[in-house]
Order: sequence, then C-alpha cells, then structure tokens
Amino acid sequence: MSGELATSEGFVSPEVGSELPGLRLRWLRLETEARPDAREVRARLRQLSDRIHGAGVIAMRTRPIHRAYRAFFRQTGLDPDLQRPPAEQAATVRLMRGELSAPDALHGALLIALVETGVPVWALDADQVHDGGLGIRQTGEGERLGDTLLRPGRLVVSDEVSIHALLFGGLDRSHEADGSTPRVALFAVGVDGVPDMHLEEALWLATQALAGG
Amino acid sequence: MELLEWESARQYLAPPTVLRDPERAARQSLRSQIARLEQELSEAFVTAYPMGVVGPVAVAGARREVRMLDLGELERARDDLVERLRAARAAIAERAEEHAANRLYLERMLLEPGKHRFARLSRSDIGEPGCGDWQVRPRLGLIGMLMGWWQVKLSSGCPLP
Repeated sequence: MSGELATSEGFVSPEVGSELPGLRLRWLRLETEARPDAREVRARLRQLSDRIHGAGVIAMRTRPIHRAYRAFFRQTGLDPDLQRPPAEQAATVRLMRGELSAPDALHGALLIALVETGVPVWALDADQVHDGGLGIRQTGEGERLGDTLLRPGRLVVSDEVSIHALLFGGLDRSHEADGSTPRVALFAVGVDGVPDMHLEEALWLATQALAGG
Repeated sequence: MELLEWESARQYLAPPTVLRDPERAARQSLRSQIARLEQELSEAFVTAYPMGVVGPVAVAGARREVRMLDLGELERARDDLVERLRAARAAIAERAEEHAANRLYLERMLLEPGKHRFARLSRSDIGEPGCGDWQVRPRLGLIGMLMGWWQVKLSSGCPLP
C-alpha cells in the first residue's frame, strides 16, 4: 500500500468541462481484503476530533480548499449555508456530537481523508463500476439513480452503464460500498481552486487508513 | 493616414474572440463574480460571528441539486449574494457603531461614576470576548450612596458550569 498511488483521471463530459473548468474526478480500485483495525480508525478519528474547535470551524470557510467548494456549490445551484460542503458538514457534526464517528472502518477511512484534506472521498462497490471508469456528466431524460427518477441536467457521477451518485449528493444504495465489500472503488471530486495534489492526498490517506497504516 | 484610419476602424469591426459565444462568456463572468462574492461573504461571516451578528441566512425552499445554471439563474445567485453581503456589512457596521458608543459610555462611567449611578455594561457590549460586567456601584454600600461615593467595579470571570 506504500509508494505511488495508481489513480485514474475520470472523464468529464465536454459540455460540463467547458462550463465548469476545474471540475474533475480521480478514482481508483482497491482490494480491501486486509481489513483495517476498526480500533485504529476510531483512535485516529479521536485524534482528529480533538483538533476541531468552534473558532476553527467558523473560520474554515475562508480557507482556500473549503472556499473553493463553497464557491462551486453557489455556482451550481446549491446554498452552502443550507447544504454544507462535506468537510464543513463533518466539522459541524463533530461540534454538535462531540466526536467524529463512522459506522464502519471504511467510512472511518473516508472521514479521515476528508478531515485531513478537505477533499471528499466516496466509496463504491468496485464490481458495480464498469471497466471504462467513472466520470462526471449531466443526466438526460428519464434517467434514474436507483429507483429515483432524476430531472434532466443534474450533475452525476456515472460510468458508461449506470449512474452511481449525485455529484456531492447521495450514492445509489445498491452500488455503495460498506465495511464488508471486498473490492471498492474510491473516488474524489475536485473543483476549480483545489489542486490535484489534494485529491491524490485524500485518496492516499483513505487507502492508508484502510490498510491500517 | 488612410491606413491608420483603416487600422483604427478594424479594431471595432473585428469582434474579439471572447465574444464568439457572448452568453458563455457572460456565464463565466458571473461564476467568477459569484466566487468572489462568496469569499467576501465568508469573510464577513467570520467578522460578524464574534460580534454576535447573525450569519448569512439560507434561502428557504432553495433547490438541493447540483446542475449547470443558465444565465438567468446565475444572475439571481449573484444578486442574492450581493444582497446578503450588503446586509451582512450593514449589520457589522451597525454593531461596530454600537460597540463604539458603548466604549465611549464606559469612559464616561469611569470618569464620572456619580453621573451614571448603577449603570452596567458587559464585555460583549463593547465587542470584547469573555465574561465580565462594569457596573457603577456605591463605595461601602448605603454609606457610599448617602455620601455620593461612587465607583466602577469590574466583575471578573465566567460563571462556573
């Protein structure tokens, strides 16, 4: 698990790429047979939790990475004060609950990557992801996420065959990875103002945490 | 001379390349404005929060889906941010004026306590963090009241939880 991380650049459909330059997706497939020690992940989350304080959360939105996601939310129709970007949401939940917690080690690893870098990472069941790989595009007429009919023009994470998630939204439950999924596909979404290095780092941190590193 | 005139006229005749798709250029410009306004609003929020000014209020009923906005929607998003920023700055300025007026009043309390009997100001009233109240009180209780011996006392520390 050490050394260079072999991530792939996801596709961005031309109409999306030309309108929203800087929007991109990086992803990788990962075997998770060597299960991370849930206690180690919890301990790491406790350490991170101690670093989050009220004043820091208030000032968070002025830092470059968080600012970039907030700007992207505004530019694409979301209100970041209503639907917070993932890192702000995690920090706010930490303040309200008093701790960072995750349902399993996989989601704990994703949370570690998010809190450390500010870049959100999601996990899909790799067996549900087509070999062509993941990317970002707009929905067309009559497309669905699971059972839900989507309005045309929504931005989604998909492959050649199916839609896996709404961009910065929910994942298709039947494609979502959990603590027992043997092979996962991790993906991180970057926006204008977020350097590639941060996406790589977020994916690397998640894989390290999953490997128990 | 003719050549110069032609060169001068040509710059108006030939449209710049950025105007080939003016609507797209307008959308990009609006997105840049939105990013800048969002940054300014965030900075205003960080300034306003410790002053006790309520932060940006989310618009109820706003859509919760990520999509590419058209020109009109981007304009509305930009205008909404302009309005919120204006309101935030006005609230900050109003609170800053209140703090300045209270600081002046505190100086008067300290200079002439007898003219401000039992007046009370807290740290938050002058924009300072922490707990504590300045209060004009009589020295030696009832005797001080009768003799006109007034002083400003600062209570210290926050109450224990």
